[in-house]
Amino acid sequence: MKISPEEVAKVARLARLDLTPEKIDQYAGQLDGILGYMDKLSELDTSSVEPMYTPVDQISVMRDDVVRKDFTREEILRNAPETDGAFFIVPRIV
Amino acid sequence: MPDLTQLTLTQVRQQLADKSRSAAEVTEAALTRIQATEPKIQALLSLQAEEARAQAKALDAQGPDAAKPLWGVPLIVKDVLATKDAPTTCGSKILENFRPVYDATAVARLKDAGAIILAKANMDEFAMGSTTENSAYFATRNPWDTSRVPGGSSGGSGAAVAACQCYGALGTDTGGSIRLPASFCGIVGLKPSYGRVSRFGMVAYGSSLDQIGPMTRSVEDAARILQVIAGHDGRDSTSVEAPVPDYVAALSERGDLKGLTIGLPAEYWDKGLSPEVAEACGAAVKQAEALGAKTVPVSLKLSEYAIATYYIIAVAEASSNLARFDGVRYGLRDKSAESLIEMYVKSRTQGFGEEVQRRIILGTYVLSSGYYDAYYRKAAQVRRMIRQDFEAALTQCDVILGPVCPTTAFKVGEMTSDPLQMYLMDIFTISTNLAGLPGMSLPVGLGRETGMPVGLQLTGRAFDEARLLQVAGVLEKNVPATGIAAL
Repeated sequence: MKISPEEVAKVARLARLDLTPEKIDQYAGQLDGILGYMDKLSELDTSSVEPMYTPVDQISVMRDDVVRKDFTREEILRNAPETDGAFFIVPRIV
Repeated sequence: MPDLTQLTLTQVRQQLADKSRSAAEVTEAALTRIQATEPKIQALLSLQAEEARAQAKALDAQGPDAAKPLWGVPLIVKDVLATKDAPTTCGSKILENFRPVYDATAVARLKDAGAIILAKANMDEFAMGSTTENSAYFATRNPWDTSRVPGGSSGGSGAAVAACQCYGALGTDTGGSIRLPASFCGIVGLKPSYGRVSRFGMVAYGSSLDQIGPMTRSVEDAARILQVIAGHDGRDSTSVEAPVPDYVAALSERGDLKGLTIGLPAEYWDKGLSPEVAEACGAAVKQAEALGAKTVPVSLKLSEYAIATYYIIAVAEASSNLARFDGVRYGLRDKSAESLIEMYVKSRTQGFGEEVQRRIILGTYVLSSGYYDAYYRKAAQVRRMIRQDFEAALTQCDVILGPVCPTTAFKVGEMTSDPLQMYLMDIFTISTNLAGLPGMSLPVGLGRETGMPVGLQLTGRAFDEARLLQVAGVLEKNVPATGIAAL
């Protein structure tokens, strides 16, 4: 078994998802199959291969530091589930 | 004389330019066609009819503008691309009420070119799926046979174009999501090289794999849309500052395939193809030879590792990208939660569908401490080997040909129970995304058994879209016509 229901529950918590016990069992079974399939990669010797994280070589480009205003505060807050007109409002933290 | 809605983008563009049709007339015809076909195929998540009419009217008032290459042409955009003030749901409940304050660069460039955006197309939630059954809203059906899927994840775009609701659409392709629906719906689909088209305003799934591309009823149409959306964008650091060739001019440079070498990978042709796909794609290769191309066997020996590699990288990037949906700045929020963490958890759990949650969990797992090296780093190493495999093959040939998918479109509900089985549908398309190369789906006729369209895949060197378009353009005129779905 590659991944246990307990591990699925732990990872779900890390990912901020709340799964029912039935879902945890279902996902554990499916993910176990998928991870088993992914283990196929261990057949390959990659000891001397540099990882490739993107197809393009990204070069940091410098641009002029110019002040500009693309959006108003109103526009940025427009999609907020809760706002007081000036800020995003979230449940009390402290 | 075909119906107005059945014209290609290239044809309607000409009629608009010479004023034999007005933008309002073309737009109204498309909207009427949408009303007639939408109950059968459900390709669209939202319709921007009034905005489209107003825009058409404004364009007509100014008159045709030769500087705007898509002047008055109605198009449809996949709902993963931000459209200013119009819904952008990504096929997910978590973005049900989201209305971006800006346009994706690709969308802005279409609008600047005079195109009219009619609607937003259905898709698998956050582009995760191969059938468009995984939309949180409804499943889209294939215009050729509504008991079959249109492919995915850009299935709404594919079905809309095949049903003549518009003259072209934007799709996105992370592992085959333009090419598969193009193949299943009998249209042309082009996934550009990674870096060719700005991803700014595309809601990210796998950031190192995603590309935006055209889905159209002809090769020249695809060239015209790519021409508009391609090129560097200061808002996307992964968009490359390479010159954009004149794709339409490139098409007219070739009437045959003399002097070209086509690579045929045994790994794509030798096993697992349905007889009708093998037959239609094989006939297209024979036609390419008759048109002067030389064919050579090439080896993509790492093909069997591509799906495992892809799904590790894609889910890892997805779990990171989808962390932004927290119910704070946009999207669904559970209002009952009393603490911040509880609010995150409840909002995400309610807002994301099952496949999205499965991939987030898998992605979080392969990135987690103790597993990162075994899965994510390992996959990134194999990814380089896969790219080297392609680079070696493409030194022996100019273009690689193979099928897009082992089968034609399958029945709705056939592939929903086993996620791994669905992942295997992407077997021929995902390597292209891993390697960052351009890939294209060209319809090459209808399958003898199912009567459904068959797509041939063309893969080329990085930033060599012009060559893919040329080869596809020549083949298009010489393979059996796929025609238009009788819907």
